[in-house]
Amino acid sequence: MKDRFNLYRFASPATFYPLAGRMIPWFAAFAALFGLAGLYLGMLVAPTDFQQGEGYRIIFIHVPASWMSMFIYLVMAFWAAIGLAFNTRLSGMMAQALAPTGALMAFLSLWTGALWGKPMWGAWWVWDARLTSELILLFLYIGYMALVAAIDDPRRADKAGGLLLLVGVVNIPIIYFSVQWWNTLHQGSSVNLTKSSMAVTMLWGMLLMAFCFWSYAIAVALARVRSILLERERHTDWVKAELLGVGDGERA
Amino acid sequence: MLKIIAAVIGRDLKLALRRQADIVSALFFFIIVVSLFPLGVGPEPDLLRKLAPGVLWVAALLATMLSLPRLFADDHRDGTLEQLALAPHPLGLAVTGKVFAHWLVSGLPLALLAPVLGLQFDLPTDALLVLTGSLLLGTPALSGIGAIGAALTLGLRGGGILLSLLVLPLYIPVLIFGAGAVDATVAGLGGEGHLSLLAALTFAALGFAPWASAAALKIALE
Repeated sequence: MKDRFNLYRFASPATFYPLAGRMIPWFAAFAALFGLAGLYLGMLVAPTDFQQGEGYRIIFIHVPASWMSMFIYLVMAFWAAIGLAFNTRLSGMMAQALAPTGALMAFLSLWTGALWGKPMWGAWWVWDARLTSELILLFLYIGYMALVAAIDDPRRADKAGGLLLLVGVVNIPIIYFSVQWWNTLHQGSSVNLTKSSMAVTMLWGMLLMAFCFWSYAIAVALARVRSILLERERHTDWVKAELLGVGDGERA
Repeated sequence: MLKIIAAVIGRDLKLALRRQADIVSALFFFIIVVSLFPLGVGPEPDLLRKLAPGVLWVAALLATMLSLPRLFADDHRDGTLEQLALAPHPLGLAVTGKVFAHWLVSGLPLALLAPVLGLQFDLPTDALLVLTGSLLLGTPALSGIGAIGAALTLGLRGGGILLSLLVLPLYIPVLIFGAGAVDATVAGLGGEGHLSLLAALTFAALGFAPWASAAALKIALE
């Protein structure tokens, strides 16, 4: 019974901390490898787009960043739901650790989109449904981080933040469809990107970059959750042992 | 069940009427913000007519926001909120009552005042009607969603700014459909579709938001 591998064991901060420490280098290495391969495919191998020229190559950053910005919000909401339902300590910390990365991804997606939009659409910004909902997603990340930062008691911060995340996740489809409908009333589909079928190398480049962003997000979130753990659990023996260098740590 | 809601509404209304200055200042805030736009963008009637739905709706959002921090703060301070949480009725019902009372003193006067301000923007009569209707339909959703934000930020440092940061992004669908209904009427397309969606949002918000707010209040009261 005792030898059986039990995933729940890692819900405890003391066991999760070294596990996260062991996982970080791996995901960082994955991120670097996938990133190099994806950039090589995207920047050097993939053919020039016959409509958009070389400018399209920004999608190798833009699309993965947009995917991650939405996905990370869902993951945060998932942890928030787990945390509220089972009252686990680690879940709220995971949500908090993911938030800055998610906001970064949303910002990157908007920024690269603007850089792409200027040569392609002739405008840095258009009030298109996708752009608007991505902007609102960034606002939701900022709101979550501001709320969590304003609450001193970490347990209340976790719970209140989690509730906000769940409310936000209910709202995301509503926001998305509302801006879509609002927009189609005002302007036609002039800004719709007519996607021809992609070249295989383009698709691979994009997927590799998505894996890179994915691994990066995991590595960074784990690093962040480790420092949150140390801060929150600073009164415990295992943290003291860890900080004095006598714990089993990540080398064990 | 209706009794507790009615009791909370009655109590909150009585309290609000004893402090009428708060209601009136929110209304004047609405009027001033709306009046600033013609001064800022110039008195062109065509331009104003185009801006009017958005301006009136945004001003209504801001005016609603203004009174939100007070929604639970006073009750929290004098302990009423804890008594409500301890009462045998679910806290969500009491919050429903508070949301309704908040709407009666903030959303309803705004909606009734809006057509007068719409005249300043040279809106045609049918658009004025739709504007009033959309505000009547939409402002309860604002009170409901706002209650979640008010409950989450209860007793926090810088609660007011934080509240707007949390709540304004969630208000966007209401704003889009509310202003969209008036826009569509001005354009001659008919605003029924927008009004239906607005009503759907309001019913969803009034159904779910009080329970989310109640959960947030329990977190704050722990």
